[in-house]
This record gives sequence, structure tokens and C-alpha cells, in this order.
Amino acid sequence: MLFLIEDAINGILMGSIYGLTALGLTVIFGVLKVINFAHGSLLMVSMYAAYWTVALTGWHPYLALVIVAPAMFVFGYYLQDIVIKPIFKAEQDVREPITVIIVTTGVWYILDNLTLLLFGPQYRTLQDNPLRGRMLEIGQMLISVPKLWGFAAAVLTASGLYLFFQKTRLGRAVRATSLDRQAASLMGINQYKVYNIAFGIGTATAGIAAVTLVPFYNVFPTVGVLFDIKGFIIVVLGGLGSIGGALLGGIIIGLIESVGPQFMTATWTEAIVYGLFLLVLFVKPSGLFGVRYDW
Amino acid sequence: MSFLEVKHLDVFYGDVQVIFDLSMHVDEGEVVSIIGGNGAGKSTLLKALSGLVPPRSGEILFQGRALHRAPPEEIVEEGIVHVPEGRRLFSLMSVKDNLIVGAYNRRADAVKDRTLGEVYELFPRLKEREAQMALTLSGGEQQMVAIGRGLMAKPRLLMLDEPSLGLAPILVKSIFDTLKKIAQAGTTVLLVEQDVKHSLSLSHRGYVLEHGRIVLEGPAADLLNDPHVKTAYLGL
Repeated sequence: MLFLIEDAINGILMGSIYGLTALGLTVIFGVLKVINFAHGSLLMVSMYAAYWTVALTGWHPYLALVIVAPAMFVFGYYLQDIVIKPIFKAEQDVREPITVIIVTTGVWYILDNLTLLLFGPQYRTLQDNPLRGRMLEIGQMLISVPKLWGFAAAVLTASGLYLFFQKTRLGRAVRATSLDRQAASLMGINQYKVYNIAFGIGTATAGIAAVTLVPFYNVFPTVGVLFDIKGFIIVVLGGLGSIGGALLGGIIIGLIESVGPQFMTATWTEAIVYGLFLLVLFVKPSGLFGVRYDW
Repeated sequence: MSFLEVKHLDVFYGDVQVIFDLSMHVDEGEVVSIIGGNGAGKSTLLKALSGLVPPRSGEILFQGRALHRAPPEEIVEEGIVHVPEGRRLFSLMSVKDNLIVGAYNRRADAVKDRTLGEVYELFPRLKEREAQMALTLSGGEQQMVAIGRGLMAKPRLLMLDEPSLGLAPILVKSIFDTLKKIAQAGTTVLLVEQDVKHSLSLSHRGYVLEHGRIVLEGPAADLLNDPHVKTAYLGL
């Protein structure tokens, strides 16, 4: 029984980190109506950025956040501004511009292969990492400390995003643009700037996720792909565009992955995840927390 | 020099020309109607003025500033505010958030709390419904939000596209009463309408648009008595 609770807790913690990696995906989809296939690659780039920041400066791994999150915001902002915006302008009248998806896929391949070229295929882990393997003992249960911090980061990031979208002038402008880009223009909102900012925010959250992952996860050029596929399932499960949905979707998957192996072979848990995914698509296509009226 | 001066405007959708060599003007404090049937180019004209469909040639001068190449957000900043046809509310946002987004431009943002009070005074119903999502409102209430959202932007020139579309006759009357109040408060209004009788009786002047060209213009009272307007638009 105790094992079960321990697994459940660790599953929730890891799941919330999955949710954190998917937050950017759901923000970008919510605003641009585009599935960003480069999201995993952006996470991978963030992980390298975090890794090198820590490796070169010798800082505490979490201190990398002050560099990685702003740097990734700028990276995402200009990626959208320079690479994606021209396609958007060409498809001005389309609500869900499909060609942008192709472009993000191109960005994914370029980033992954560029990283392979620059840093090689080897797995990297932080040396002298104060967090590696750290466990919190509660009675007989062991809880991973870096995952606990990841959970805190996920909850804080999601709440921060929620408040930003609900309460600030810019956040309201982003929501308005996501609902009707032409009407938003008539309110004096520069829709392309909003897209840049949304992309920047989405990429910066990948940066936050990366900083929490690097202390206990290997860094390698295709690490993004693992999180990409999970990310897509999470955001569809939780409801595309829903911030709380991404977090809860991640936690559901984390729970299945960690509690499942107590009852069956670990590989079966994947079948359960995908089975649940299909079931949700059948029963509630808008996702568990998605809004029925739109997407 | 007029408040708004439009000179020799040509507007295209792709290869199709919708507005032909159109010139018109609006003076400060005026209410001007543009009337015409379906497909005459009325909405396109407003979209050209608000920058949604940039004109291919011609000039748009507002208070002496050339705006025909400006993007929509800059035009709003100058004070030309377009309340689009079909309301186009932000459906999943609350009534209050819809109104506040209306005050996004810097000029309006500075005074948005006071403007919000004025809009609630004009439409007390919206105050009652401020927390409701826009898509749960009735058609008349949605139109109130659309007009209120336009007012939140602190317009110097308020352009309304078919504000009476799809509303019950009693609501049409109340919308026009509201527009009268807005005009009397000093806002210049450019009104596009199919309800010719109501809009002309509210206006100082009018233009009749047919197939993208202005075929008739003059004081609203004269247009109401014009034989062509009578047969084509009033069914008399």
C-alpha cells in the first residue's frame, strides 16, 4: 500500500513536469491555432542552454533559470517574427493555417540536426550536481527532491500564465486575438506582435521546464521528441488551449506511468495512456477541460 | 479641410475591384450615412477606412494625416474606430473584458475606468451582465457590447456597420436612440445601414453607394425625399 502511495506521489510530480513541458504547446495553439511541432526541439534547445549555463558557470542548476527563460523568450519571439510570420501573412484569411505546421516541422528538423552537429550525439549529465538522486524521506516513502521542485515550478508557471491572461492588459489582448484576430485588430491590437509574444511565452515555459529537467534527466539531441509526443497527448487530453488542462493532463499520464507498473508489465501502461487518449477523443473531443464552443 | 477626407479610393479583393474612384468627406461633429443594397461595397469602404483591407490607390486623410497605408492599430490610435458588421465579440470573454479590450489603444487605456462608467451609464443592462460570457447574450445585448466596445476606444470618428442587423424592430429603435445620444455627446459618426429610413432621419448628410460608386449625395432630408431613394430603398 505504501509503495502505491509513493508511486502515486512520484507520478503526480513527474506528471506535473510533463504538464509543464506541454504548457507552451497549449499556449501557442490557443493563440496561433497552430500545433507547434518544433516545441520538443525548443525544449531540447532549452535543456542544452540550461546544461551549458550550469556547466560553464558552475552555478546551482536552478539559477540557470534567470538566463534560460528570458533567452528562450527572445528566441521564440524572433523565431515567430522571422520564420513563421511571413507564412501567417500569406494565409491571412485562414483560421487554422496548415502550412505553418509544415514550417514548424522544418524548424524541428533543423534544430535537432544543428544540435547533433554542434554537440554530438552523446548523452550529457550535469557533473557535481547537488540535486542528483536527492530524496526526501517521509516515513518509509522516498520522494525525489528535483521532481518536487519541478512540481512547484509547474504549478507556479501555470498560475502565473493564468493570471497573466486573465488580469493584464496584454493578456486580455492575447485572448482577444486568439478568439477573433480581425476584431482584435479593430481594437488597436497588433495581431502579429501578439503572436510573437505568445510564441515567446510558449518557448519561455519550455525554458522553465528544461531547467527543472536538467538536474535529473539526460540531455541529448533528440530528447525533445520524447516530450513532444507526450505533450501532444497531454494537451489534447486536457483540452487544447487550456492551461489547467495541460497540467492535469500531464498528471494523469504521470500517474498511469508510475502506478501502472505495480499491476502490469510497464510497457502496458503506454497502451493505457493511448487507450485513454482515444476514449477522450471519442467521448469529449474538446478534451477534459477544453471549451466546447471553440476548437 | 475636412475631418475625414477620402479621395479617389480604389479597393480590391484580390483581382476584383469593389470600390471605384470613391471620394467623400465627413466633417467634425456630423452624422453621415452610407446607404446602399447588398454588395454595394459599404462594408468594404469601412474596412478600407479602418485598415483591414488596404486600398490599392487613393488617399484617406484624417485630420490632415494620411492613413491609407497605416495598419489597423495605428488607425485606431488616431481615433477612427470601426464597429464591425455582425458584432464580432470575443465570444469566450466576459462582457467587461470585451469592453476593456476595446480600450486597448494607449489614448483610451489611460482613461478606461471612466469610459467604462460612461458606457455602463449608456447601457445599464451591460453592467448587470458584466461577468457573463459574451456568447450567452441576446442579439440586442451583443450589439450593445459591440457599440460599447467601440466607445471604449475613445473614438473621434465612430464607424458603425449595420448596427441594426438582425434585431427586432423595438431593439432597432433603441439602438438608433442610443446612436443619437452618442452623436449628441459630440462624437462624429459614420453609419452604414440598410435601414435607410432610420439612419437618414438620424443623419445630417448621406451618400448612396451602388456597385462601388457614389451615385447620389446630399443632406439627409433631401435624400429621404429623392425619388430614386424612395423607390429603390424605401419601397415607396
